[in-house]
Amino acid sequence: MTKPLVAIRSVSKSFGEFCAVKQVSLDVWTGEVLCLIGASGSGKTTLLRCVNQLTAIDSGGIWLDGELLGMREQGGRLHCLREREVARQRLKTGMVFQRFNLFPHKTALENIVEGPVQVQRRAAEEARAEALELLRRVGLAAKADWYPSQLSGGQQQRVAIARALAMKPMLMLFDEPTSALDPELVGEVLTVMKELAQSGMTMMVVTHELGFAREVADRVVYMDHGAIVEQGAAAEVLGAPREARTKAFLSAVI
Amino acid sequence: MRPADTLAPGFPDLSQVAVARPLHWRRWLAAAVILVVLAAIGRAFAYGQIEWSYVQRFLTAPVILSGILNTIVMALLAMALGIALGIAVAIMRLSPNPVLKSVAAGYAWLFRGTPLILQLLLWFNLALVFPTIGIPGLWSARAVDVMTPFLSALLGLGINQGAYTSEVIRAGILSVDAGQYEAAQAIGMGRLRALYRIVLPQAMRVVIPPLGNEFIGLVKATSLASVVQYPEVLHNAENIYYANSRVIELLIVAGLWYLVVVSILTPAQMLLERRFARGILQIAR
Repeated sequence: MTKPLVAIRSVSKSFGEFCAVKQVSLDVWTGEVLCLIGASGSGKTTLLRCVNQLTAIDSGGIWLDGELLGMREQGGRLHCLREREVARQRLKTGMVFQRFNLFPHKTALENIVEGPVQVQRRAAEEARAEALELLRRVGLAAKADWYPSQLSGGQQQRVAIARALAMKPMLMLFDEPTSALDPELVGEVLTVMKELAQSGMTMMVVTHELGFAREVADRVVYMDHGAIVEQGAAAEVLGAPREARTKAFLSAVI
Repeated sequence: MRPADTLAPGFPDLSQVAVARPLHWRRWLAAAVILVVLAAIGRAFAYGQIEWSYVQRFLTAPVILSGILNTIVMALLAMALGIALGIAVAIMRLSPNPVLKSVAAGYAWLFRGTPLILQLLLWFNLALVFPTIGIPGLWSARAVDVMTPFLSALLGLGINQGAYTSEVIRAGILSVDAGQYEAAQAIGMGRLRALYRIVLPQAMRVVIPPLGNEFIGLVKATSLASVVQYPEVLHNAENIYYANSRVIELLIVAGLWYLVVVSILTPAQMLLERRFARGILQIAR
């Protein structure tokens, strides 16, 4: 029996009094595209951030590729990993942020080669060639030497996707990748994500784009108040939801 | 129903009418008043008890020139030490480690809390506390020989500068969006590499104007090193007027040289600012 790429077990996370994620368990399988939907404050972004350890979990455990994240079990106790170990584990995931977070003092190409050259210590020429190929793949080969401030939001987000892909991750995390974009720029980013899904990449996508979820997602997870309310095939959850809360959310959104 | 293709009458086309230039007579008047006042002050100095020939003669005297050179060397070295310490202490201050945090806070508290001239004198007189200094069993020397005027001035000015610079750098680091740090982490960078590669280059843009301010202050603060016998320009000027009693003339000579050095710094700062504004200029324009 094969194992899931990501196994989330009884994960909880609070910010002060506010409980953002409550006892969530979830599997993500290799090659799967999983969309997390729900109202803002439902915990979907926090859950995603826990998977690449930008947010530390309070309790529970997350395994990525069979390896426990952020902690090591030794002598019946859990010990926090060192920063270097956490950084190594993060290399297995690529993250795309809502606000792009490109490095403004570096060109599109420099943004992409930064990780491979500085972190993975790959040869500069090889990294450059791969970065140009990635830029071509997201349709921005002509913008290699442009600074982020010279690019539109949609172009910046495509560069950000290329930057994450340059690290050759086994899992891509998308945190509301189109929420900060003007409506006419959403499509170009979703197209790139769709192609990525078709290439077999495992993806966890927090999104409000239900059309994208319906078309691309293998599975849709609806979260509310920090817990998973309903999950299943996109057509089921979005087309014929069983839970009253899911129905209410969907009718409010559409 | 109003017709869509006609405009209402009574609003003439002004695009061909010339715009009159304003006279600004108040500005001209103010400028004239200021010029008169400046001329009066200039005349007063020209006919006052100042021997301008001494100013002219000592402006390029070898002792004064070597003094201003020593001033520049000391300002550059102390600033380099101050920036190195400032970056290290700012990073320590922002570290999650409470020990590093307290050390950084204590350093800033101690060296900002005492007068610079007192610190200079303490370094210079270190021999009174520790007659010999060194590493036990490896190396030792008499403190009087080690604490030369140069070294005590450098340590005094540089360490004091580091305390102020650390706060400027810390403000710069805090000004960078937290998302930048997260993006750096997401591509596998550790804290220090993210700071060095991503956060500090962006912080520099914010940090350079106040740092230029600090450097100008430091150029002038080197004059305090005269109390530890460091031969900077004011110290040398004083030595000359002790001999020839031309106090004001030599103070003017030193003052002119400080003005020259500080004037050179402004365009240098502009060049640096342009260098670190890469990728941002398009927005600013």
